[in-house]
Amino acid sequence: MVEYGEEKKLRGTVPSFALIVFYAFSAVLLCAALGVILVRNTVHAALLLVLAFVASAGVWMLLFAEFLAIVLVLVYVGAVMVLFLFVLMMLDANLESLRSGRGRFLSAAVALLVAAQIAAALNRDSFLQLPRFEAPAEAAGDNTRLLGSVVYTEYAYPFELAAVLLLVAMVAAVALSLRRRKDVKYTDPAVQMRASPAGRVRLVDMPSEKPPQTATVETNKTTEKRKGEKQ
Amino acid sequence: MEELRAVIEDLLSPLLGGYAAWAATFALTMMKIVAIVLPLMLCVAYLTYAERRVIGAIQLRIGPNIVGPMGLLQPIADALKLLLKEVILPARAGRFLFLIAPAISLTAALAAWSVMPFSPGVVLADVNAGLLFVLAVTSMGVYGVIIAGWASNSKYAFLGCLRSAAQIVSYEIAMGFALVTVLMAAGSLNLSAIVLGQEGPTFLSWYWLPLLPMFVVYFISGVAETNRAPFDVAEGESEIVAGFHVEYSGMAFAIFFLAEYANMILIAALASVMFLGGWLPPFDFPPFNWVPGFVWFFGKIAFLLFCFLWFRATFPRYRYDQIMRLGWKVFIPLTIVWLVVVGLWMQTPLWFWN
Repeated sequence: MVEYGEEKKLRGTVPSFALIVFYAFSAVLLCAALGVILVRNTVHAALLLVLAFVASAGVWMLLFAEFLAIVLVLVYVGAVMVLFLFVLMMLDANLESLRSGRGRFLSAAVALLVAAQIAAALNRDSFLQLPRFEAPAEAAGDNTRLLGSVVYTEYAYPFELAAVLLLVAMVAAVALSLRRRKDVKYTDPAVQMRASPAGRVRLVDMPSEKPPQTATVETNKTTEKRKGEKQ
Repeated sequence: MEELRAVIEDLLSPLLGGYAAWAATFALTMMKIVAIVLPLMLCVAYLTYAERRVIGAIQLRIGPNIVGPMGLLQPIADALKLLLKEVILPARAGRFLFLIAPAISLTAALAAWSVMPFSPGVVLADVNAGLLFVLAVTSMGVYGVIIAGWASNSKYAFLGCLRSAAQIVSYEIAMGFALVTVLMAAGSLNLSAIVLGQEGPTFLSWYWLPLLPMFVVYFISGVAETNRAPFDVAEGESEIVAGFHVEYSGMAFAIFFLAEYANMILIAALASVMFLGGWLPPFDFPPFNWVPGFVWFFGKIAFLLFCFLWFRATFPRYRYDQIMRLGWKVFIPLTIVWLVVVGLWMQTPLWFWN
């Protein structure tokens, strides 16, 4: 990393290191995002989407939003996209039929809508007259701590609402997909753990071979003696 | 460090002019990375040797003892053999993805070491959100497995990758919750701060004591995350040949192997940082605190690695549905309950780990 003082010293002669890293990440991000919609193989598209997430996490990291960047990688790359890839790999979805059919117009409409939404959000001064939020100056220091203190105080209700929404979705998904199959011979591990050898196996004390004739009397005696001890 | 930087900058300035400062930073960072990765690779090599010797001893065999004194050159011989072997590309395999998958596995296993504190102040990048960084980077290792299984264009490899990926994603949740209790106790996500939070007169001030169930959950999840026995269904030899890397040969296969062992060492190192006090000595009085911190750190890592090997030699392989049951129905509820318990416990005067 280049320290601030150094950066100032260098400015004018060479571009700052952060700037070059920013352009590198942005180029990767744009190429990957284009790839997502242009490649024919769905699995390749999903993997390019993963690359786009990682690149945008890098851009966020440059903005000192290290918590958001790491959580983006942790949640979207590490969990969501893995499950997405699972589905794609097993479904073997056919993109060609999606591209040629009536779906084209629907996708175009959705894309236009989303683009308009983004434009409105970026340009909210003129469009919705919403107040513009500036990133607090302290955010550059310990982004994680600051975010935590804001999310659990000022924005506690929206945060809790989002959590409840996710919980509802989770409960719904479980309720829809849970089924108990009757034809499966399922063994309960708790029952298995409770099984004791006494209930399963009876150990019988038997002499391993017929003792030689001369020692018969004595051996019998010792066996009886052992039996007596047991009782 | 700063003097070294200045020396490098002076050396490079006639060549590079204004870019010398960059080049110096770059060179210094590279040197630090090499200083971590080279010993790590050596540790990986000798971990394979240790594994064969320890399991040999447990099974009343000798293990490798021919190449070099006591077989100590065996890992080198193995590495040479794998380097010289041909890397075979299966027909109709995705070439690029097939070859990049082992690299992704190894990158994820190595990148997490950048935030690992070896001694007070000895850390490549002292990141504030170090714990989260480790979680995020290790969670990317699963892509190596998925891509390898898919790009191989083979049913066995694909089944192995599905098993492995589902297992890794499931156990990551329990692991994440276990880490949340650690960061609650330490009040920080920085790994150095977590170690310093465990400072005290004896080993009783380390977090393993109040977070004992979490320590157990974390370590078992770590075994599952690295696809080690008894959770190695991803490469169940008797069921799916060798799992996701069945189509790999030569160095490409060796890199998966390296990544698995580097991950094992990483899990052991993280467990010792978070629960066993990292570089702290077990007793903070003379005969013990004369020993330098990294010796204690490596000792703790070595003990946990021995546990990995011990488990492998002791336990039979889990059935797949039982692995999922353990992860989802036992560990996740347990961690959530303990999270609440620790939260309440910290509000009482009975919490001694500040």
